[in-house]
Amino acid sequence: MKILVCLKQVPHQDARLDIDAAGTWIKEDNIKFEINSYDTYALEEALRIKDAGEAEVVVTSIGPDRVTQALRTALGMGADRAVHVKDAEIDGSDALGVAKVLAAVAKEESPDLVLMGLMSDDSNASAVGPMIAELMGVPNASSVMKVELADGKVTCERELEGGALEVVELQTPCVLAVQSGLNQVRYASLKGIMAAKKKPIDVKGAGDIGLSGQVGAGAAKTTIDKIYPPPKGEGAELIEGSTGEVVEKLVGKIKELGLL
Amino acid sequence: MEDFLRFDELLSDEEKMARESVREFVDKEFMPRVQEHVRQDGSFPMELVPQMAELGLLGTNLKGYDCPGLNNVAYGLVMQELERGDSGLRSFASVQGSLCMYPIHTYGTDAQKERWLPAMTRGDAIGCFGLTEPDFGSFAQGMRTRAEKRGDEWVLNGTKRWITNGTIADVAIVWAQTDDGVRGFLVEKDTPGFESRDIKGKFSLRGSITSELFLSDVVLSDENLLPGVSGMKGPLSCLTQARYGIAWGALGAAMACYEEALTYTKEREVQGGPIASKQLTQEKLVFMLTEITKGQLLALQLGRIKDQGNLKPVMVSMAKRNNVDVALQIARQARDLLGANGIVDDYQAMRHMVNLETVRTYEGTHDIHTLIIGEHITGHRAL
Ligand SMILES: Cc1cc2nc3c(=O)[nH]c(=O)nc-3n(C[C@H](O)[C@H](O)[C@H](O)COP(=O)(O)OP(=O)(O)OC[C@H]3O[C@@H](n4cnc5c(N)ncnc54)[C@H](O)[C@@H]3O)c2cc1C
Repeated sequence: MKILVCLKQVPHQDARLDIDAAGTWIKEDNIKFEINSYDTYALEEALRIKDAGEAEVVVTSIGPDRVTQALRTALGMGADRAVHVKDAEIDGSDALGVAKVLAAVAKEESPDLVLMGLMSDDSNASAVGPMIAELMGVPNASSVMKVELADGKVTCERELEGGALEVVELQTPCVLAVQSGLNQVRYASLKGIMAAKKKPIDVKGAGDIGLSGQVGAGAAKTTIDKIYPPPKGEGAELIEGSTGEVVEKLVGKIKELGLL
Repeated sequence: MEDFLRFDELLSDEEKMARESVREFVDKEFMPRVQEHVRQDGSFPMELVPQMAELGLLGTNLKGYDCPGLNNVAYGLVMQELERGDSGLRSFASVQGSLCMYPIHTYGTDAQKERWLPAMTRGDAIGCFGLTEPDFGSFAQGMRTRAEKRGDEWVLNGTKRWITNGTIADVAIVWAQTDDGVRGFLVEKDTPGFESRDIKGKFSLRGSITSELFLSDVVLSDENLLPGVSGMKGPLSCLTQARYGIAWGALGAAMACYEEALTYTKEREVQGGPIASKQLTQEKLVFMLTEITKGQLLALQLGRIKDQGNLKPVMVSMAKRNNVDVALQIARQARDLLGANGIVDDYQAMRHMVNLETVRTYEGTHDIHTLIIGEHITGHRAL
């Protein structure tokens, strides 16, 4: 059994975020990064499968040098080896570009399972998982809350709207995008961190995985025009009155907007 | 908190990872429990010990015997993160690793090492360090606890006071006078004549167990003696290890206070704007960030020197003295900025502040470290 876990490194949840000069991303200089929280659940799930039997867990991430720390953390938690896709040519890729890179890594590794988080804490797109599955021509399940393996098949519980669960069976290989909270994520132990030093990290460029000229800003079909904080004050409505009245008006408003 | 002077650029990936992992553990597992334990006085969340062991927080920088074997900078960062939680949490790890496992590792027989070190790093055995006595603290060499050699046996008599984890320890490292100077003994908890009792009514370090040890005609054999050292060098070398960790730890407490004060003063509105917009507040916040930054550089250089094997105890004195002193000042100012909210335990500043009073006193008081450095500078011993 071989499991590939895709990890994205995102700005730390406590990092101070300032918008960059171009107004299309944040200033990444001198802020702390961490593994996307959804992806940590995917990694934990892979490590549990490994702990329960025989499995090799390979982690992969795309990004500059700083991404090494995310990969090392994953190795410290118990992953066996890492593939770091590092190439300036990939910068500015849209979700499809990222999915192409990850699918290319997956094709080289040919894992039984590809695991990742449902979405990333920074871009919230939920696009990459299904795209990888499509590019690989394998089945996919998103918002996975439970994973069970039985020869050649995976049974997953998926979270639906309103708290309902759906049980689906997929044939391996397949791509699973997991929901947060499906397990309790372990901490990288200090011994694990030391052992991680000796575990291999393969560094690859776009050319090494046959994607030169096909990814990056030039190939992107989606571009970010601008990012900005919502304007202050607008759209806010102050509800006044006694507690009872406030609750009644608030519930009325929620219904009116069709939020329930 | 903001990495103002790009301190992280001076750290290796492993060092940063060790810090992040411990920070996450403290935030998620320890912080939700701290208030309850501090309210009880003299209570420690023992249920976290297995997880602390699993993470590698017990004997972090020791090599072999299943210990994690991290370098001293990573160890320092671990201590920082623990004390960001509470000085009691860091004390637990300091006592276990630096004061108990270190002397066994450095001065013990192979049998003593095999017996205790793997169990202690796993958290299956807890240690305590008995040096201070009711009448002898700073002047520990005046200790009255005596070990008398009678044939093949040693007979110990005396009292130790202010001993962290005394009542929960499986083994006490007891320092006693002998005809050959001060020697260290491993006293197991069920040894006849050995008793312990907790000290209650503490205002400070309430999230930690502090005890008294009583030894009356405790009979031990040579197997209980640490053979590798005699004289005050034994206990003092352990203290150097622990003080090194405290130089980092105090910064953790200071960081927690700074972050709390910064968030609070940015949010709380007084006349004409948030408290953070006032000059007097800014002066305090500037002091905090500046002293934390300077303290980090001091601790880091100390750690690099320790990793090279060139550490001198007087260097540790400077770092312990300075970093605890500024941490206490920072905690007091943070407490101040929080106003009335600063005196309740829903906020951290006052807990750190009163904890740091202990940290200022134990492991060589502030003034004793002044005199150690003073003697180094002038050649005149003023102690
Ligand atoms: C919560 C807590 C936990 C502790 N845990 C442990 C432990 O696990 N193991 C252990 O062995 N001990 C422990 N201690 C004891 C601690 O190390 C001592 O309290 C410390 O060494 C100071 O000794 P003292 O209390 O006797 O103060 P004293 O030595 O009486 O000092 C009182 C004051 O006099 C000053 N002073 C003393 N001598 C001189 C001098 N020559 N010149 C000028 N000024 C001087 C000091 O700086 C201080 O201001 C703990 C203490 C506390 C509070």
